[in-house]
Amino acid sequence: MCIAIPAEVLEIKDDNIALVDYGDLQQEVRIDLVDVKVGEYVLVHVGFAIQKLSREEGLQTRQVFKDVYAAMEE
Amino acid sequence: MAGGMEIRKALDEIVDRDYTFMHICGTHEASIARSGLRSVLPEGLKIVMGPGCPVCITPQGEIDAALELAAKGCIIATYGDLMRVPGTNGSLDTCGGDVRVVQGVHKAVEIAKEVPDKEVVFISVGFETTAPTVAATLLTEPPENFSILCSHRFVPPAMKFLLEQGEAKLDGFMLPGHVCVVTGYAMYEQFKVPQVVAGFEPEDILLGLYMLVKQAKEGRADVENAYPRAVERMGNQKAMKMLYEVFEPTDVEWRGFPVIPDSGLKLKPKYEKYDALKKFGVEIKHVEKNSACICDKVLRGIRDPTDCKLFGKACTPRKPVGPCMVSHEGACRIWALYNQKR
Repeated sequence: MCIAIPAEVLEIKDDNIALVDYGDLQQEVRIDLVDVKVGEYVLVHVGFAIQKLSREEGLQTRQVFKDVYAAMEE
Repeated sequence: MAGGMEIRKALDEIVDRDYTFMHICGTHEASIARSGLRSVLPEGLKIVMGPGCPVCITPQGEIDAALELAAKGCIIATYGDLMRVPGTNGSLDTCGGDVRVVQGVHKAVEIAKEVPDKEVVFISVGFETTAPTVAATLLTEPPENFSILCSHRFVPPAMKFLLEQGEAKLDGFMLPGHVCVVTGYAMYEQFKVPQVVAGFEPEDILLGLYMLVKQAKEGRADVENAYPRAVERMGNQKAMKMLYEVFEPTDVEWRGFPVIPDSGLKLKPKYEKYDALKKFGVEIKHVEKNSACICDKVLRGIRDPTDCKLFGKACTPRKPVGPCMVSHEGACRIWALYNQKR
């Protein structure tokens, strides 16, 4: 339930809505809980960004997820 | 970060007696079971799951309240995990009402805007990670036909209960990473036992276990952070501020636990108009458990899922008896899925 996925902010659409990129999937999420700019990374939980991540951390965590999914498909 | 093999070797060297640590997070349990992590731990080192699945710890009386709201004609919007949790008479997926699975609370509000002549109730479960998303939504003034069944819980009061009661004989806690993303971990410093905030990869969990054993062995009782890529000591202050703008602590029952002081959230008077219980005159009733299901003991960390007579027989993921077999985050469901034996 507390699962959270890192994503890159591509576009701020409104005060509290941003288009984010998870790697292969883009989605509009709510950004009420964080102050973010385009190009920054966030951790997304139930459609809301709950914290900012550094770019390096975001990419690192995303790679881990990719590895896990790749392993599951083998 | 050191690789899993190195941490495992270090664990083998450091474990000198029996240790039992508890994690409080379904995502931790899923990672542990999926990776088969328990099978590589040294003899004597045990990691048990506590009350870390929001769906599992939601008492039956609250499921019954959701069913009553569906029977009154409300559209019920819920996370998918709650659909099959048995209430006293059926579950949301079989109740015949208009029940819709949503990604989050904001999607439930979208439904309310699409059908202004219908009442939409969001079943608002979840720990500190999730509650701020609901607070943020209520702060943006959803329509009048929207309300929530407020079933949020806070982790630290349950830990306090477990420590005071002592039945699980714990040497320390692995703290839930994404709860701590929001709350930080300063509030856990009140507990005088070893605690480590851990991430969700098998390596993160092994590292967390190593740090816990080291603390216990050295007789320290600190809160250490093994998930610094996402967690800061004070968490997300903006999210916490929004949470307390909308909610205040209240005493609530957890499944498997008695009423725990200040462990739940209720809407502050200004936001009471979004309280589905008040709006529709529904009461939460205490329901005595009457089956052989031992979810209550599993949630307190004193029994393993495989200790249950029903596990894998009368109670399976296909035909669950208790909530721990329903939710993807429930210990029983996870153990059944990954054929976990100990």
